Amino acid sequence: MAAPAIRIEKLSLGYRTGNGPVTAIEEISLEIAPRSFVSIVGPSGCGKTTLLKVLSGVLKPTSGRVTFDDVPIEQTNLSGEIGYVFQRPLLLPWRTAVQNVLLTTEIARKDVPLADRVAEARKWLSLTGLAGFEDRLPHELSGGMQQRVSLSRALALHPSILLMDEPFAALDEITREAMQEQLLQLWSLTESTVVFVTHSIGEAVLLSERVIVMTARPGRVDTVIDVPFPRPRDEALRGSAAFAELVQSIRRKLRHSQPALEGVA
Amino acid sequence: MGHFLTRTAGQVAVFFAFFAFWEGLVDLLRIKPVILPPPSLIFVAIAKHWSYLLANSWPTLFAVTGGFAVAALLGFVIAVGIAYSRWVSDLTYPFLVAAQVLPKVALAPLFLIWFGFGLTPKVVIAALIAFFPIVINTARGLISVEQELLQYMNSLGATWWEIFFKISLPWALPYIFASFRIAITLAVVGAVVGEFISSDTGLGYVISYANTSLDTDIMFAGIFVLSALGVVLFLLVVLVERMVLSWQSAVEAAPETM
Repeated sequence: MAAPAIRIEKLSLGYRTGNGPVTAIEEISLEIAPRSFVSIVGPSGCGKTTLLKVLSGVLKPTSGRVTFDDVPIEQTNLSGEIGYVFQRPLLLPWRTAVQNVLLTTEIARKDVPLADRVAEARKWLSLTGLAGFEDRLPHELSGGMQQRVSLSRALALHPSILLMDEPFAALDEITREAMQEQLLQLWSLTESTVVFVTHSIGEAVLLSERVIVMTARPGRVDTVIDVPFPRPRDEALRGSAAFAELVQSIRRKLRHSQPALEGVA
Repeated sequence: MGHFLTRTAGQVAVFFAFFAFWEGLVDLLRIKPVILPPPSLIFVAIAKHWSYLLANSWPTLFAVTGGFAVAALLGFVIAVGIAYSRWVSDLTYPFLVAAQVLPKVALAPLFLIWFGFGLTPKVVIAALIAFFPIVINTARGLISVEQELLQYMNSLGATWWEIFFKISLPWALPYIFASFRIAITLAVVGAVVGEFISSDTGLGYVISYANTSLDTDIMFAGIFVLSALGVVLFLLVVLVERMVLSWQSAVEAAPETM
């Protein structure tokens, strides 16, 4: 399916713990336009990951609903439509880079001949800058390269929705910035809607059309900020005054929404 | 390579030093061969009774490998049950722990009553002793798979079998082989205990029979051959592990990648 319009209506999700019930997210309502790039920022424990897991169909909400093009998520066949990139690469250590990329299509695109899937996997590895490393095992690759394999694994699906959960958080700053710019280029080649969770306000502003600021305990939407900068965006934007100003104003909102003295996260 | 050769030479030297010390000690203290024969006499006894020792190595080998195979098969099946069913795990765990604590060797005389002489009681004891590390490790390996990755594969529409064979089983293989290394040596113990109690063949029988007739040199010859058998079986497990998990030895050899 083409990238759907995602609508989240009064979504809440709670679970029981040893210390009583916890509300992970509460009454979240959002609309995400097809083929847009949306980032979610917020403090630890604001339910960002929980929200992504609801969108991927892994977690069922306690109340509220999610629709894709007005069809409730339970009635949608999501198989192979949703790519996921985690904070850690989560590669299979016994598979080479190209075999790791093949994992997703092996499961969700069995109808496609193997040769085509291999060609597809190689294409994405090459686009992410890993040409020549296709037959290396994960332990032979750096952290940034492993994360590129993980990204290729998601992109090889041609996902209509790409969910990214702090994918660059574990990388060093130089690698992180390079990968942010690369992600924008790769995304322009796809038809995917991206929902991107991050701690970094700068990252969110650079990448997205809209930044959703969440508050913690329970996780609620605090503000939604439209990012006006035109695409394609690049390194130059990072240094501009308008960029710094927007980052600063979001940072102020986040500070404001947090308790003065935060407890242990 | 040079490092490898130096290490191997050093390891062999330790054996030589041990035997030389033993030989010297027996000579110096004039210990009677019936109490402790020097290694030289033991090697002579091995050469002299070679066909007898070899003939009795086969039953022990069958008992060890049979017990190991039964333990590996049963252990694997039960571990899968424990890893995938909360119900199986909750119900069987206390029983497994209790059975693990029980000294299984103590059951050997009972198996003599149940299974009589021959191969069966030996295989049963060997399997019983080798079983627990395999269950515990295999279950731990299967449980240790990254849950997020499994959820991702589920969301892509993967079947249980796909997830099991593509992810969980290969993921658990290092754990399984680690348990095989332990289990194969335990299976040797089990088989020999079985032969002590209820057998008229096997290296365990050779050792206990030589013991009663005070043929200490034959007894030690049996112990040496038994050790060699155990070492060969252990190395065989390691060899298979190296072949199956070639990617893993590469991980171990790689400096600080993780």
